[in-house]
Amino acid sequence: MKIMVAVKRVVDYAVKIRVKPDKTGLETHNVKMSMNPFCEIALEEALRIKESGLALEVVAVSMGPAQCVDTLRTGLAMGADRGIHVEATGALYPLSVAKLLKALVEVENPGLLILGKQAIDDDCNQTGQMVAGLLGWPQGTFASKVVLDKENQVATVDREVDGGLETLSLDLPAVITTDLRLNQPRYATLPNIMKAKSKVIKKLTPQELKVEIRSDLEVVQVTEPPKRKAGVIVSSVDELIDKLKNEAHVI
Amino acid sequence: MERLKAARRLIHYSSSKFLLGPRSNPTSAEHPLRLSSSGVCYWCPYIADKKGRFGGTLWDPTAGTGLGKTIRIQNRLFGSLAATIQRNPSFSTLNSDDISYFKGVLGEKNVIQDEDWLLSANTDWMRKYNGSSKLLLQPRRTEEVSRVLKYCNSRSLAVVPQGGNTGLVGGSVPVFDEVIINMASMKNVVSFDKVSGILVCEAGCILENLISFLDNQGFVMPLDLGAKGSCQIGGNVSTNAGGLRLVRYGSLHGNVLGIEVVLANGDVLDMLGTLRKDNTGYDLKHLFIGSEGSLGIITKVSILTPPKLSSVNLAFLACKDYSSCQKLLLEAKRRLGEVLSAFEFLDNQSLDLVLNHLEGVRNPLPPSMHNFYALIETTGSDESYDKEKLEAFLLRSMEGGLISDGVLAQDINQASSFWRIREGVAEALMKAGAVYKYDLSLPVEKMYNLVEEMRIRLGDSSKVIGYGHLGDGNLHLNISTPQYDDMILAQIEPFVYEWTSKHRGSISAEHGLGLMKANKIFYSKSRESVQLMASIKKLMDPNGILNPYKVLPHSLSYS
Repeated sequence: MKIMVAVKRVVDYAVKIRVKPDKTGLETHNVKMSMNPFCEIALEEALRIKESGLALEVVAVSMGPAQCVDTLRTGLAMGADRGIHVEATGALYPLSVAKLLKALVEVENPGLLILGKQAIDDDCNQTGQMVAGLLGWPQGTFASKVVLDKENQVATVDREVDGGLETLSLDLPAVITTDLRLNQPRYATLPNIMKAKSKVIKKLTPQELKVEIRSDLEVVQVTEPPKRKAGVIVSSVDELIDKLKNEAHVI
Repeated sequence: MERLKAARRLIHYSSSKFLLGPRSNPTSAEHPLRLSSSGVCYWCPYIADKKGRFGGTLWDPTAGTGLGKTIRIQNRLFGSLAATIQRNPSFSTLNSDDISYFKGVLGEKNVIQDEDWLLSANTDWMRKYNGSSKLLLQPRRTEEVSRVLKYCNSRSLAVVPQGGNTGLVGGSVPVFDEVIINMASMKNVVSFDKVSGILVCEAGCILENLISFLDNQGFVMPLDLGAKGSCQIGGNVSTNAGGLRLVRYGSLHGNVLGIEVVLANGDVLDMLGTLRKDNTGYDLKHLFIGSEGSLGIITKVSILTPPKLSSVNLAFLACKDYSSCQKLLLEAKRRLGEVLSAFEFLDNQSLDLVLNHLEGVRNPLPPSMHNFYALIETTGSDESYDKEKLEAFLLRSMEGGLISDGVLAQDINQASSFWRIREGVAEALMKAGAVYKYDLSLPVEKMYNLVEEMRIRLGDSSKVIGYGHLGDGNLHLNISTPQYDDMILAQIEPFVYEWTSKHRGSISAEHGLGLMKANKIFYSKSRESVQLMASIKKLMDPNGILNPYKVLPHSLSYS
């Protein structure tokens, strides 16, 4: 079985982000970029499944500008077998990504498509669900545990939901999106980095995949959230009620 | 007072083989302290949020803020040193007039006599040294420091300048009842020049806060140490702190452009230049840098900060023996050249200690434990160029057999976790029990021989670990034992100092002399130079009130 993992190149999780002065987006110039943490977890899960003998190949895919290749290289250094880079400049919203993934799935025919539950730059949490819908595949999102049964071609996924944990049984092929507690991603070891240099990254364009990138969404403005104001200590219950009523307007 | 909560420690008695029992007197040996679950706290009066680790309270580096379960800790006066020093009879004792005077100068709030607060201020980070000061002062301005010192000088009241209290040689806490002058309230950044990168700030600024401030401006501090969350820049300068980036940015003697310092008699010396070059007369600031508060109290610092370079790479490597580590260092200096920004090493036992005693730390190179580990960091301006250079160097070293395995951090979080391992050794040692800590500069080829000899010498009684700034030839030799034991100490000292002296090393590479090594200076400096130091001390502090009993040998200071 082949596993396809989608990875995204985002601003590094530990970087203090800044909004561009023209408010069109985040400052990404000269800022450290890395693989989305949830995508790392997704890739780690795919690698573990492969190491347990239940899959033969792990393919990492990424969409975006030329620098996405760096992220794919990290994926290969972690242990993915090969990479696919869909080169696309300009903004790529979840629906476009989902359509591209659908096209890739039709080419590669993986038994499992694993993604991170959301990207830390846009926090959309949409791509996995959309691609499952487009493919007509079952989906197990926010996975905190994945157990594969190869014989019956079933994946049992524990999902982290608001009420607790929900366990689903999915017939393969399926889409899984990973949550934080699923695993702890491995580091890229030097021997693997060495091996990664000879692994292939195939380049494709949306045109070759016959997908039209267009979006009905337009980002109008990006602003920082309002600065937190200091708290105020009130001297009596009456004052508290007055503030809640007249200043905060919550009662 | 939120500061009081910040330093809150409850004293209660319990039975344990380390303690003397319910009737033990709080100023003596054991006092079980209620600390964070990591057992180690940094006292952070300044609230800063980088990763939500600070909260203006006791900062537990491993488990966020807040206090956890009670930890019983061994706290004995280290060795027999303190027992042999006598309080200098020429120093006066505090009286109520003194307190009133200080309250008049500083305001009531900044004259602290609260027992709990004093308890933490009287105890050093390693919990080895305990003073019995009854008064802590927190001046807010240079003028206040000046008036306080002038008064203390006239009254012959001994003082201890205190910063973040993270020193490792007992230099930041009183020996007897010296008045503590804590610089924490002087925490403002005075100015920052974005073009030249020259930062002028007050001595009480916490290093990590300065790093955050500079980060926003696109610069970095030229020094970085594990204690950055608590240590203050005044203390760093007074002790000529080294740290992790010395191999790249050099020592504070090179980076500090000027200081403002208050002398023992209250005179304020404004040498706060911001000039890169100034050859007019004797460069006095160098006297104060590294003088450990014994020649004056530094109130402001002017420091040259390097620009922040965007591309940082970190590799955690395993080597099979010490000579590979050495060769790796030489190769790194040659091949990585200008982008090398840190080269640290730790031995197997250090990693073992860290994995066992710290939470949230994992072995980057499972499953086996290798003999030695090295941490190599590069900092440059071109991401792909640096990464390629580093990868090429590492792969070549691997093929050459210098490295047996290694990992390269792929993002900032992974890099932080590698640094956590190296920076966390000191903390892990504290949690493991008692620790005898030595900081030595030795020729790189000989460095680890000392560790091995100590291991043979001490046998099974203790765990000997070695780690440190291999790039600077600085070994941190630590001996971990379940409790402090004079018999073990006798096996360690003076052997360690004699061994170092024999190889013309320094018995204190970066930690300073403080109280711990006050009488050991002759292992690394000649009689004549120490004599001159004593003369300078006598000239600048005739009454000897500044940080007495420390730095210079007692035989010279008392005259």
